[in-house]
This record gives sequence, C-alpha cells and structure tokens, in this order.
Amino acid sequence: MAYSDKVIDHYEHPRNVGALDKDDGAVGTGLVGAPACGDVMKLQIKVSAEGIIEDAKFKTFGCGSAIASSSLVTEWVKGKTLDEAASIKNTDIAHELALPPVKIHCSVLAEDAIKAAIADYKKKSGKDEAAE
Amino acid sequence: MTALGLKPCPKLTRPAGAPVYLDYQATTPCDPRVVDAMLPWFTEKFGNPHSRNHRYGWEAEEAVEKAREQIAALIGADSKEIIFTSGATESNNLALKGVAHFYKEKKNHIITVVTEHKCVLDTCRHLEQEGFSVTYLPVKTNGLIDLAALEAAITDQTAIVSVMAVNNEIGVIQPIAEIGALCHRKGAFFHTDCAQAVGKIPLDVNAMNIDLMSISAHKLYGPKGIGALYVRRRPRVRLVPLITGGGQERGMRSGTLPTPLCVGFGEACAIAKDEMGAEAERLMDLRNRLLGGLRQRLPEIYVNGDLDNRVPGNLNISFAFVEGEGLMMGVKELAVSSGSACTSASLEPSYVLRALGVDVEMAHTSLRFGLGRFTTSEDIDFAIDHIVEAVEHLRAMSPLWDMHLEGVDIKSIEWAEH
Repeated sequence: MAYSDKVIDHYEHPRNVGALDKDDGAVGTGLVGAPACGDVMKLQIKVSAEGIIEDAKFKTFGCGSAIASSSLVTEWVKGKTLDEAASIKNTDIAHELALPPVKIHCSVLAEDAIKAAIADYKKKSGKDEAAE
Repeated sequence: MTALGLKPCPKLTRPAGAPVYLDYQATTPCDPRVVDAMLPWFTEKFGNPHSRNHRYGWEAEEAVEKAREQIAALIGADSKEIIFTSGATESNNLALKGVAHFYKEKKNHIITVVTEHKCVLDTCRHLEQEGFSVTYLPVKTNGLIDLAALEAAITDQTAIVSVMAVNNEIGVIQPIAEIGALCHRKGAFFHTDCAQAVGKIPLDVNAMNIDLMSISAHKLYGPKGIGALYVRRRPRVRLVPLITGGGQERGMRSGTLPTPLCVGFGEACAIAKDEMGAEAERLMDLRNRLLGGLRQRLPEIYVNGDLDNRVPGNLNISFAFVEGEGLMMGVKELAVSSGSACTSASLEPSYVLRALGVDVEMAHTSLRFGLGRFTTSEDIDFAIDHIVEAVEHLRAMSPLWDMHLEGVDIKSIEWAEH
C-alpha cells in the first residue's frame, strides 16, 4: 500500500513523541484503542491556567497511519482551547493525511484520543465545562 | 558445470535503491539458468506441442515431455503422472473438486487443516456448499497436526485428506510420510499442497504414500503461470476435470501447453534436484544468523511455529509491542511480509498465527522473513541492523512498551475494543 507523503513524514519524523507527568493536575491523558485491534494511542495534553493547551505528547502502537494521525493531532491541539481541540473531526485528520478508506479508523482513534485526554483533564481539575 | 551439466548458480544483482528481497515464500525470481532454457521456446521454437504433423510440433512436444520427466524425477514420480496446470491454486482446485466430484456417489467427506492456504480452504467451502462434509483439523501450538486427531477424523466416507507439506506463513513441515501411511491404511486418498515444499525438502510420492501433489513453478525459481498436479496411476486416482476441451493432459486438463513455461519449470526442478541439499545448508546458516542476530540485540521477540520441523528459508517472528505494518514501514529497505491485520483488507490478523493460539495482539506484531537462493550473508547483516533500528524506534514510541517496562500486564487492562 502506498502512503501519502504526509503520512511518511509524520511516521519518519514524528512530532511530540513522549510523555507528560500523568499525576500533574494540569495534564490530561487519553488512552484509546486496543492491542488486539492493532492500535493503541496515548495522547497527553498540558493545559495552562488560562485553559489553553500549551503542550501535547503522544505514544502510539500501530501502523504508519495511526502514528501519523496521533502525531498530527499533537501539532493541531497545541495553542488551542479545550473547546477548539474537542471540535477536531476525524474527517479533518483523514483529509489532511490523505488516508485511504481502510485507514479511516486511525483518524477516528486520534479524535477519540483528544476527547479522552480532555475528559481526563476535566475530571481531574473538577471542571464540568471547558475553561474559556 | 555440475554433474548434471548445470551451470553454477549465478548471482542476481539488485537494482540500485531496491529493497533487499526477503519474501521468498511469496515468490522467487526466475533463476537466470531457467530463463536461458526458456528463451528459444518463445521465438524460433514456438510450435504447438500438440501439433502432430510437423517438426515445430514435434520438437515442442519433446521439450514438454523432457520437462515432465524433470518434474517427476524431483518427487520420485513417473512422468505420466504429472499434469500441467496454471499453478498451485488450480492444482489444489483440481485435486479437491476433481476427486470429490468423481467419487461423490460413494463418499462425501473431506478432511483438511485450518492452516492450509486460502485456495484449499476456499475450495473446501465451495464443496461444503455443494453438500460435501468437510472436517477442518486444528493444529498444535507448533503448527503441526495431531496424527491421532487425523486418524479419528477419517471415516469410511472420507474421499480425500488434504494436508500441506510446508506452511506458507510459518514454514513448518507436516509429518507427510506418517499422514500418507495413515490415509492409505484407512482407505482415503492423500493430497498434499507442496507449493512451498518442492525443491526445498526431499519428497517421494511412493515412500510417502502421496496420491495427489500440487506444485508451483514460481516458488522454486521457475516462471509464474505454471504448476503441476501429480496424480497417482497405481492405484489409479480419478478426477473430474475442471477445464474441458481438446483432452490434453490425459483428459484431466485441456488446453495448449505453454512450452516455454513447461521448459522453465522442468529446468527449475532439475536445478533444485541437484542443488537442494547444499542450498538448504546454506539457508539454514543464514536463518540462524538472522535469528541469532535479532535475539542478541532485541528482547521480547518470539518465533511463531516449530523451529525444528521447518524449512530453512523461513522465519516468522513476533516483535512484541510493535505493530507489524508500522514495522514494515520502518524496514522499507527490506521486502518482507506481515501477519498484521493492517496489511489485509479484512483487518483480521493472520488466521494461521491465530490457529497456533498466538494472541491477537502478538499476531499483529509479526513479520515473515523468506530467505532463498540469492540471499547473501550481507543481506542478512543489513537486515538485522535495519530491523533492530526500526524496532527500537517504534518501541520508544509505543505506549505498550512503556507499560511493559513499568511491569504493567497489558492483559490486565480493560481495553475498549473498536
């Protein structure tokens, strides 16, 4: 299967690989997917007092498209508010990376990872609504 | 020149920038000696081997019959028992459907194995739809069948037992001689798909009690587009043909024989007969070098399938915590195959690995390495470095590897399957 140049670029030069301290109150962690399905994404965001995502890190077990999808969303969420980040759609990711239909689930997983990280942050910080 | 008058094995040079080919179970390059043997039969000697009235036909027929003898000699058969087909898929179809249909008034049961090639399994599915009953034998964790289970499955209704000699994904060698003896004792025909076995391991249709054997030319350095079905004559195995017409191939497979392909197939068998022993030793050394090199530098890697009962040219390894397709992308300088779901349209991981009881998550992390005639020790050393680098890069990126290092049991987590 031929990959798009953008997928190859993210795979070969992944952005923001790593981990943030999951016990830090300003950090939200999303872990989605399943090893049995062939992909697991861990996405972490660090949220400033002003409610802006100031850092994001990922680790992914998966194919090139899964790695590229998670790498891309760490770039996209940085500098965004939680609401803005939560509005990222899998179709945007799939379009940006030119994913073929069989790989759409990778972009769905990346969208789920953002939402899971935001939910975790909100749960930990006791905020029912996104910070403005 | 060797004892058989064969030229020594030539080297194949890889085009600049092309990946190192380690996928010899998918196909093999034509041996240049095979191509040399084929070439005249495309141009000046182009006759139809079935033309009886002129020299063009006679010389083509002679070439085809020589090829038939070369193929027969490699498996201990008589040349009259070799039926040319388009490849092993057709041979498997012809063996199973041909026998099932011919003997359907007397017997309606077929036995095969869950790890067979898709063309055997799919053919059996079709026969089930026609009303035949099929038993799919399981395999043990090493990939081999349990002979007692086979014996228990054979009934007086069993027309044919089909068990491959060498598995295409994990290279394990089934106990063919024992299976053959068992089938004959119980009165069932024994068919074996030997696409991955012919030219790799010694085979003898009489010593092993084989009634039907499928062979593919392109798996043993011959051309694509041709194969054969060995059909025993004494005692005779009868078939209903799939392709009818001019009655060529003793009525079992009509159609004009492709002389150049037949000649190439025959030459490939003659070379294999002469060089198989030395080649197997050389490939065993290369395989041990590859496995040893990887094990020395990478923890948490597992060989799938029995390592002792296995052709020397195959390794199938799970690299825990690294997904197979992602890994294939990382080893782009190598041409290999993955058991991962992501490489297939179905998104299901390898049914062969699953049949061994390999966990789904481990099946996702497997790569198949196929070594062959033109693989060098330099290729292997390059492959080791490249694989180690890619696995380390991907493990550094893998949340599962982190959990493993932290001592978290991945099975203890409740994953949301998607």
